[in-house]
Amino acid sequence: MKFLLSLLAVTLLTLTGCHGKEGLSPFEVPKEFDLSKNYEITFWAKNDTNKTQTAIYEKAISDFEALYPNITVKLRLYTDYGKIYNDVITNIATNTTPNVCITYPDHIATYLTGTNMVVPLEELFYNENYGFGGSSLRFDSPAAKEIIPQFLEECTFGGHYYAIPYMRSTEACYINKTYVEALGYTLPDELTWDFVWQVSEAAMAQDKDGNYLINGQKVLIPFIYKSTDNMMIQMLRQYQAGYSSEEGEVLLFNDTTKELLLTIADHAKTGAFSTFKISSYPANFLNAGQCIFAIDSTAGATWMGTHAPLCDISPDKLVEFETEVMPIPQFDPQNPRMISQGPSVCVFNKADSQEVLASWLFAQYLLTNDVQIAYSETEGYVPVTSKAQTSFEYQDYLSRCGEDNSQYYDVKIKAAKLLLDHTDHTFVTPVFNGSASLRDASGQMIENTVKSVRRGETIDDGYIQTLYSDMASLYRLDQIGASGNTPASQKADLGKLPPMSVFLLSSLGIAWALILLYVLIRKMKKRKVY
Amino acid sequence: MKKLTALLLVFALTLACAGCASSGKDSNSGDTDTKSEGVMTYEEYVAAALDTEVVIETYVQAKQSWWDNKATVYSQDKDGAYFLYNMACSEEDYEKLTPGTKIKVTGYKAEWSGEVEIVDATFEIEEGSYIAQAEDVTSLLASDDLINHQNKFVSFKGMTVEAAGQDASGNDVAYLYSWDGSGQDGDDLYFNVSLDGNTYTFTVESYLCDNTTDVYAAVKALNIGDKIDMEGFLYWYEGVNPHITSVTPSK
Repeated sequence: MKFLLSLLAVTLLTLTGCHGKEGLSPFEVPKEFDLSKNYEITFWAKNDTNKTQTAIYEKAISDFEALYPNITVKLRLYTDYGKIYNDVITNIATNTTPNVCITYPDHIATYLTGTNMVVPLEELFYNENYGFGGSSLRFDSPAAKEIIPQFLEECTFGGHYYAIPYMRSTEACYINKTYVEALGYTLPDELTWDFVWQVSEAAMAQDKDGNYLINGQKVLIPFIYKSTDNMMIQMLRQYQAGYSSEEGEVLLFNDTTKELLLTIADHAKTGAFSTFKISSYPANFLNAGQCIFAIDSTAGATWMGTHAPLCDISPDKLVEFETEVMPIPQFDPQNPRMISQGPSVCVFNKADSQEVLASWLFAQYLLTNDVQIAYSETEGYVPVTSKAQTSFEYQDYLSRCGEDNSQYYDVKIKAAKLLLDHTDHTFVTPVFNGSASLRDASGQMIENTVKSVRRGETIDDGYIQTLYSDMASLYRLDQIGASGNTPASQKADLGKLPPMSVFLLSSLGIAWALILLYVLIRKMKKRKVY
Repeated sequence: MKKLTALLLVFALTLACAGCASSGKDSNSGDTDTKSEGVMTYEEYVAAALDTEVVIETYVQAKQSWWDNKATVYSQDKDGAYFLYNMACSEEDYEKLTPGTKIKVTGYKAEWSGEVEIVDATFEIEEGSYIAQAEDVTSLLASDDLINHQNKFVSFKGMTVEAAGQDASGNDVAYLYSWDGSGQDGDDLYFNVSLDGNTYTFTVESYLCDNTTDVYAAVKALNIGDKIDMEGFLYWYEGVNPHITSVTPSK
């Protein structure tokens, strides 16, 4: 009998124990880093297909390894955040995540569905030995207060810091100013959506042979947007319309979104607007004189303009024009809003806390001035520490804008200055488990709408409603609505069991109880016999 | 039983590797000349406007990638080739898309950086098989006619390896990881080859032929000045940018 009861208890405990409580133990900061043992850590990094960035990563690793000879850093390079995300997800299942990983907070929210998978960093931040500015560090780390507060806050959700910012960028509108003026317009101080649409439509005039008057070519897409998820998110924020709540409630499918999609459809219909996914890189069209307004990341600035240091089109296709760099168009120019983006760094938990500490040391090393300044100068990024931003070296770099078409390429430095001047106007979207899907859906709605227009479909209220339904289903946003009210960090503890699990476990309990009852009755019968 | 299993594995592996090693004569079974009702000929496909719906019958020549129920496939019939980008495809069906497999594809004609492709497509497997022989387009490289062979399985003969760029020490190198050398082993390989004074950039697309394939190793073993023959798919990105599947010394 005791055996049976024990068995029942163990069975139920085992079953309930399966629910969200497996995984690694929470990380505890070791008192001292063990310099006598060797550690190999993996660093999954993202570069913008830019060999200077690769060289900077390699130098950072080499310099770090010289400081900590017992730590070896293995670099794995990616050129796409999405690929890193997919690989991390795959490796979570096999407990083979990297140690340090460049990532987006939206992605971390998904990683957190594995228990204690990502290390909350606040305890490390303020550790007097190994935290920011820590006394036992072998490098000149920034103090916590020297990390731009806004950028650091972007890495917090669910009450924890799960990443540190590495680089920050925003989007910029790269403009063929020569064509704008040739069309009879003057660029305003603050770019508006109305202005961009108006000039784009004006540029569509063609001669009898089908050549566009503005460029004399058969090809022209006046306005191309690289990242349509950003386009939708920023438009909605500028309108102060719904996207999602902080808690993860999906608010994307609203009337403002519909109006925006209908406007975009109007301009896709004339051919004045297209996207990267549908047509190709905005830079390729801009540099060939086939685009007037190219919106892309400030981290893509080195590809923009006639004299861009990086270029994918053949020299014979390049067209000479003056490039202007402006913040993205606004609905309310007096209250500009633009997205803050760029890579952050997270640290994955491991069974050996010393290995995690080694990972943290390397992650923190990426915030030193040498790395911050060198990497930010490769593109229109800005350093994430005031220590780097205010350094003589960085200020000197900014002051030399336009000295050449490589290190001091004017478009690149103007793009970086754009963010420095507008940091207070940047925003990020709420992070929760599913926020990455919501972001994808917001861009896909624009992609689908533009494609449908090009394919001759009618875009009306009915189309939009169907689109909303399709997107909610495709990206499982309906499920986020049901279960996404908890910030990602709290997902590790899955809380109350779902009703179905309660039912199944109860059924098992009842079954066992019935078995016990049966055994008891049999025993009692046997006793009566004797 | 073990022998049978081993035999099956070898057979499957051979099929899987075909995309990176196929060559020789066309091989086909079934009627590869006649299109089913409602299906476009290649000529009609070429004439179709961009962004219009197209229905074609074609034969898988190689697979590039599968992810999230989407497959990217190089395909060809006896008249021309079709690049099928992110076609709806289950993982189970993807395994069935072995070289030669006949499929009926319904999608939209699109163009991305000069590459004409079929997007947002669905497909069904049909009876029949065809594997294209590599068509020698060496003499067309500098001509405007080359684009008419876009996406076909083609060959290039007697081309000379040129410097693709420089390493960290400033020495000329025969290939780069990624277009500018920013990548690492496992990424796309870029190399330059010349003919008659013109230089072209060719690519080993790592999703098509990864760093375990013969062609990946062959390109990494190239030296500037080598004379080589190549096979691959006539892909386009802002100009011709073949995805190479085999490299051998020129005969």
